[in-house]
Amino acid sequence: MRLELVKRPQHSALFSALSPFIALALTLVAGAIVFMFLGKNPVEALYYFFIDPLRETWSLHELAVKAAPLILIGVGLSICYLSNNWNIGAEGQFIIGAIVGAILPVMYPDLQSWIVLPLMLLMGILGGAAYAAIPAFLKVRFNTNEILTSLMLVYVAQLFLDWIVRGPWRNPAGFNFPETRTFHDYAILPEIWPASGRAHWGFVFALLAALALWFLLSRTLKGFEVKVIGQSPRAGRFAGFSRNRMVIFAFLVSGGLAGLAGISEVSGAIGQLRPSISPGYGFTAIIVAFLGRLNPLGIIAAGLILALTYLGGEAAQISLGVTDKVARSFQGMLLFFVLACDMLIHYRIRVTRPALATKAERAAEEPAHA
Amino acid sequence: MKTSMKAFAAAAVLGFAAAGTAQAQDPTKACFIYVGPIGDFGWSYQHHQGVLQLEKELGDTVETAYLESVPEGADAERAIERFARSGCDIIFTTSFGYMDATNKVAGRFPDVKFEHATGYKRDHPNVSTYNSRFYEGRYVQGVIAAKMSKANVAGYIASFPIPEVVMGINAFMLGAQSVNPDFKVKVVWANTWFDPGKEADAAKALIDQGVDIITQHTDSTAPMQVAAERGIKAFGQASDMIKFGPETQLTSIVDEWGPYYVKRVKAVQDGTWEQVDVWGGFKEGHVVMAPYQNMPDDVKALAQETEDKIRSGFNPFTGPINRQDGSPWLAEGEVADDPTLLGMNFYVEGIDDKLPN
Amino acid sequence: MLESVLITIATAATPLLIAAMGELVVERSGVLNLGVEGMMIMGAVTGFAVAAMTGSAWLGVFAAILVGAAFALLFGFLALTLVTNQVATGLALTLFGLGLSGMLGESFVGLPGVKLDPIYIPGLSDLPFVGRLLFGQDPLFYVSILLTVGVAYFLFSTRAGLMLRAVGDNHVSAHAQGINVIGIRYLAVLFGGACAGLAGAYLSIVYTPQWVENMTAGRGWIALALVVFASWRPWRIVAGAYLFGGVTIGQLHAQALGVGIPSQLLSALPYLATIVVLVLISRNRRLTMMNTPASLGRAFVPDR
Repeated sequence: MRLELVKRPQHSALFSALSPFIALALTLVAGAIVFMFLGKNPVEALYYFFIDPLRETWSLHELAVKAAPLILIGVGLSICYLSNNWNIGAEGQFIIGAIVGAILPVMYPDLQSWIVLPLMLLMGILGGAAYAAIPAFLKVRFNTNEILTSLMLVYVAQLFLDWIVRGPWRNPAGFNFPETRTFHDYAILPEIWPASGRAHWGFVFALLAALALWFLLSRTLKGFEVKVIGQSPRAGRFAGFSRNRMVIFAFLVSGGLAGLAGISEVSGAIGQLRPSISPGYGFTAIIVAFLGRLNPLGIIAAGLILALTYLGGEAAQISLGVTDKVARSFQGMLLFFVLACDMLIHYRIRVTRPALATKAERAAEEPAHA
Repeated sequence: MKTSMKAFAAAAVLGFAAAGTAQAQDPTKACFIYVGPIGDFGWSYQHHQGVLQLEKELGDTVETAYLESVPEGADAERAIERFARSGCDIIFTTSFGYMDATNKVAGRFPDVKFEHATGYKRDHPNVSTYNSRFYEGRYVQGVIAAKMSKANVAGYIASFPIPEVVMGINAFMLGAQSVNPDFKVKVVWANTWFDPGKEADAAKALIDQGVDIITQHTDSTAPMQVAAERGIKAFGQASDMIKFGPETQLTSIVDEWGPYYVKRVKAVQDGTWEQVDVWGGFKEGHVVMAPYQNMPDDVKALAQETEDKIRSGFNPFTGPINRQDGSPWLAEGEVADDPTLLGMNFYVEGIDDKLPN
Repeated sequence: MLESVLITIATAATPLLIAAMGELVVERSGVLNLGVEGMMIMGAVTGFAVAAMTGSAWLGVFAAILVGAAFALLFGFLALTLVTNQVATGLALTLFGLGLSGMLGESFVGLPGVKLDPIYIPGLSDLPFVGRLLFGQDPLFYVSILLTVGVAYFLFSTRAGLMLRAVGDNHVSAHAQGINVIGIRYLAVLFGGACAGLAGAYLSIVYTPQWVENMTAGRGWIALALVVFASWRPWRIVAGAYLFGGVTIGQLHAQALGVGIPSQLLSALPYLATIVVLVLISRNRRLTMMNTPASLGRAFVPDR
């Protein structure tokens, strides 16, 4: 018996809608099995993982804090991936955005005015976009593989941040510890609803960015261009779209959003630059982008779900002593299942038996064993 | 809501318990936040060993919980707040990067006690800070190194140029100079706390450049293994690494957090907890030297003597000491004060490396 | 001294070389598996655990190879049979591997491992200068060289290698010629996983015989970069791996000599060097195109 995929003539609308839920259900089942192996009550564990963090207002705020950078970066990456540009260096663009955005409060702390914050955000966007422009330029000009250059630049950005907070930008009043001075009040991204928790405006930016990109992708010519070039570069050429311009466009958009995420995180949630400002948001956002199936609105949901696994992981760790590696394995499994289930949208599975296989098929198989 | 109600009730009960009768009510809840995995066999591992000791000594009267691999950033504040809300009576945050988050949350939860390791901010009366004088151990290591090295040069694998690490290098150098004024130290910055492969490479590079003693301020046991393989001596870090170099390890600086944790949790139980700024060394039992091994008896005796001298009040940073450029830092008999040590960003005379500035 | 520096470089380069050689075969068949880091870390934890439990380093090595291949099979099932997006599936594999290895390895932290002893060939190993470099290294060093020879021979001098490259260059026409595209890709992916597992075992059994979480520390990604760096040619992978190892070790030596350059800049050198070399290599469009498997990363579903 063997599995065979048969392409559906049209995308299945049914499975388009169902697939994320099937994936989630499968992840829950797999998760329950893992917990049983760890000797924990699976129902209780899943409860702590997925329900407990949603029961209190402060925790919902924390969910928004955690999801904001994931969504911001994720929607930017969706443009890249839809147009076949494999930017996996968002982590570096996040960091550079944070550094460039922090120039004003760190180097000119006396400049205290309402104008500081908007300028910081703008500079953050520009910083991230400029850093993303490097792999884009190298791809367009020298045909260099962007997966690798963007990834290598992540390490470079991390080391640069490390150097700048230990060296030139070190807080003069901070006993030589590796961190910049704390941002003054005009440089802090305000909380949305300070009375109940610390979710800041970064989350609103994330929602706005997702809506804007959803509009761009589904309602504009540019969005059409992104998809055409992504699905078939040849068709794109015939339509008169420039592949090179698209490379630059996609990287600038995703880099800018990653930079915005970086400066929002630093000025909203941390309040200063430190040697590590991101627990890998740029990489987790790749999962978020695919989990949301590269659809900006889906990415909002995916960002929230991923954020939930972090919060839930902590809840389970405290209440049941489940190790934090479970959360990471969960994220991997969730992505596996989402990818696998999405296959159902485009293909039907047919089960065939080898006995019925034609001679030609058998002949076709043989060379594989040579 | 159930959990928070329970937490509230627990807090109330504990409030009464602390005020008077030492009834066997709900146990005191002590919570810990680690920056690395408890499996790092270094910093976080040693804190967790302290927690295990706490559980053993206080038995049923204490309940512990921990969160590992909590990134220093936006996540820290959430993790600390979660603990504060889940009914913890005392929360230990065990990395420098948690400083601001600890103080922020402490302001919102005045009834919970907070203990921050290695920081200097105590913005609220319910925040204490604690740290260990590891440099005392490094001074002893320097003494041993100068005695044991034939090449008169030691290799120092450093993590990041923060005051704690710079202080350690200086203390090591001063210890070595007390035996041999011409002793040299080669420093390699690994730019990581933890990457066994890179630490091993750093050890090999240093050995190839002629050092015959390795000491490290990074967490993995890889340098010890390399030293063992190359047949030279080395010092362990954070824990006793003798298993990784039975014929190699001279001694190791062991972080002992257990006694402090026991003391502080007991203070919460007795209602005697007060804000403190503790910087404990040999005397307080925070820093313990693993057994002196693989060295002649006279070196052992000298090492023990040095350790005892420090325990009875000698400060390794006692003048005359010059800065790297030869300018005087401490005059004859002058002792460095703690704030200077905690913010140390310069080398003492005799070190070849340049500090990033 | 130079000799031992070279041996150090060889030790740093060998795991990269092994993992990259496996990935090269995978990519030559037209599949992009970004899960090298995940398969590698699973190999590291399995290798260490089995070696520690049985006391045999070789059993650890074999177990690591098997687990690497098993993980690759998971990737193959998703990416080849279920035609999921290869980039995303590879990333998921890495994430899953990092988490799972941490869970499995928890009880092995802080134990000294079993080391694979170097091979000493009496007489030859004592030769001046080249003796230990050529004849006194750990067994897996020789495996890595044999692997290179084998892969180079297989790809360019055998019929099966020709078919594998045909599949990678144009899966549609290969299929039309009656080649079993999916079958060949499965075998290539399994081979890549086995190599990644072996590279992981090298870390936890030879390089630093111990287990700690995340001990691969990004080496799987470097291996991926090497494949492109080498423009999919086996011997250039050797050059790339040794160059990268050389820069890594070189910066440590520069520090020990006290050159006074910020250590962060020195640490960034290997990555910057990789970018520069990638640019230099890919500038020549014709040359890259000639070697790049044209079907790389594209899904294939046989039409029947």
